[in-house]
Amino acid sequence: MNALREKARELLATKTVQVVIGYAPGSGGAARALFVREAAQAGELVFDETCLQNLAAYLMKPEVRRLGRAALVARPATLRTILQLAAENQLAESSLLALVPGADGVLSLSTFSAIEAHVAAQDNDLSAAEKSELEKFAAMGLDERREFWQEQFSRCLKCYACRAACPLCYCTRCTVECNQPQWIPVPAHDLGNLEWNVMRAMHLAGRCTNCGDCSRACPVGIPLYLLNQKLCSDVLSSFNQRSGMAARADHSLSTFKPDDPEDFIR
Amino acid sequence: METEKRSIQREALAKLIEQWCREGKRVLAPRKSGDKVDFDRVTSLSEVSFDHVQTVQSPKSAVFPRVEELFSFRSADGQVEVRDRELDILPETVVFGLRPCDAAAFAALEAIFNWDAPDRLFTARRARTTLVAVACSRADEYCFCTSVGGGPGAVAGSDILLTDLGQGEFLAEIASAKGREMLQAADSLFGPALDADKESRLAKPAAVFAADAVAAVLAGLFADTAFWEEQSRRCVGCGACAYVCPTCACFDIQDEGGASGKRLRCWDSCGFGLFTLHTSGHNPRPLQSQRWRQRLMHKFSYMPERQGVLGCVGCGRCSRGCPVDMNILEHLRAIAEARP
Ligand code: SF4
Ligand code: SF4
Ligand code: SF4
Ligand code: SF4
Repeated sequence: MNALREKARELLATKTVQVVIGYAPGSGGAARALFVREAAQAGELVFDETCLQNLAAYLMKPEVRRLGRAALVARPATLRTILQLAAENQLAESSLLALVPGADGVLSLSTFSAIEAHVAAQDNDLSAAEKSELEKFAAMGLDERREFWQEQFSRCLKCYACRAACPLCYCTRCTVECNQPQWIPVPAHDLGNLEWNVMRAMHLAGRCTNCGDCSRACPVGIPLYLLNQKLCSDVLSSFNQRSGMAARADHSLSTFKPDDPEDFIR
Repeated sequence: METEKRSIQREALAKLIEQWCREGKRVLAPRKSGDKVDFDRVTSLSEVSFDHVQTVQSPKSAVFPRVEELFSFRSADGQVEVRDRELDILPETVVFGLRPCDAAAFAALEAIFNWDAPDRLFTARRARTTLVAVACSRADEYCFCTSVGGGPGAVAGSDILLTDLGQGEFLAEIASAKGREMLQAADSLFGPALDADKESRLAKPAAVFAADAVAAVLAGLFADTAFWEEQSRRCVGCGACAYVCPTCACFDIQDEGGASGKRLRCWDSCGFGLFTLHTSGHNPRPLQSQRWRQRLMHKFSYMPERQGVLGCVGCGRCSRGCPVDMNILEHLRAIAEARP
């Protein structure tokens, strides 16, 4: 933690960055985002197991972008999110550097290739617990699964906290807000909720970096992670591709290749 | 009306809920599901949670559902036929186990829905809703009712307020004509007033700021862009705070069904960028900092000024439900202390 604070101080004092986006103690024993703009404030930064938010979400917020170059305190999923955003042409390499706190100090990764190298060496697979939960779902019958999701989605308020928290939901006009034509019903009734949640999950297939923020954001506790992890693992098995591994990548669900094995697309 | 004091035992309370159900009333009460407690339809006391501090969502959906049909329409041969909702079939509802802050919040909703023109549907639902609140024996770091004119044992807003006195005994304060009607319909279930110390049973959330001080500072703070950007920097602009709030009343109108269909009223939030987007493309509140300012201004400056009621009852739900820990209480304290 001291190494992190030291590094933040140095980066701000030397004007290498204009803001360090990290964590500070918040309410209820949790951590919250902190935007450190003065070296003197760096002492408020913390990093421990309560620091869960994927701070890359702020890289897409206009009020934060305006502050200037950012150093982002990054967890493993945050690093992958940075690469995914880069692969989607949403981030300039010069706009940020990533700070990775570790057992022996803090790593400062200032290029996409440095982040790529770091990500390649970390464990990016779903955890054993995550995999076994997916297997439980795969073993369910269709009706049982449908019932499960109907019950879950019936509680959705359409508050869009999942979307707002997700760094990869950066569209300035979400499909749910397009009304000429109206793709997704706006009301939070059963159909509107089903279409909304399925649409969001599909738009994140092959892009979601499994940071978990959408599930944590959901006020009514819908286990959105199950959808994302299922789609992550399907994209991996179908296209041998994992999101957020490289700053330049063909997108599994939006890249056309003339030698596509499927007939219908050629 | 003067508050009448009675008492009720836990077993009698169970019978009371059964009686409401027998009378065909819809009973909404806090119910535990997983690690969350939220209002749900119940048919017995055993389903009701008592030991939580607050529910995730507020009870506002009893009078302002997240989606509701306003009217239906049918158009054919150049004629449009509009059919209003039948108000008589709206359910008689008892909201049981809401907190005193939640009961107080209905006054803010009434001030909004019936400000200039009375809202028929809201008014009809409200008239059919009785509030039987339970005083708070515990508060958490997010509660601030005592800073906004309420309190863990405040009677205002409730038709009946129950206070747990321990040993399965509740003090029952009958605070309105509706409450008295409810008492009369089940008088034998209630016992005589008890000589009990209600205060000692209540939580003691500290008063942190004075609402009129906040209003006074806000009056001069509108143009302070830097202040609002600083306050709102980590807000990601979702609708969670508005949707869980017992007083937030923004809505959106949607038509469904083409030529023959219905017009729906759906929850909306001033925290969304799209909320103020004009057809021309102009948006008077393009930034989240401006939308956060609107949220606080509306509740603590505009509503007291125009409707004579605060738009916040200090329930703390917006803070508990915020994905990025915005904690409204901290921000209000900072405003009260800002004194420009
Ligand atoms: S969809 Fe959820 S888990 Fe995936 S990147 Fe977005 S917030 Fe994280
Ligand atoms: S955060 Fe939860 S309740 Fe809100 S829109 Fe997403 S799934 Fe629905
Ligand atoms: S603004 Fe927050 S604390 Fe105030 S009434 Fe609404 S949810 Fe409760
Ligand atoms: S304050 Fe929190 S809940 Fe409200 S819009 Fe901002 S991020 Fe969402």
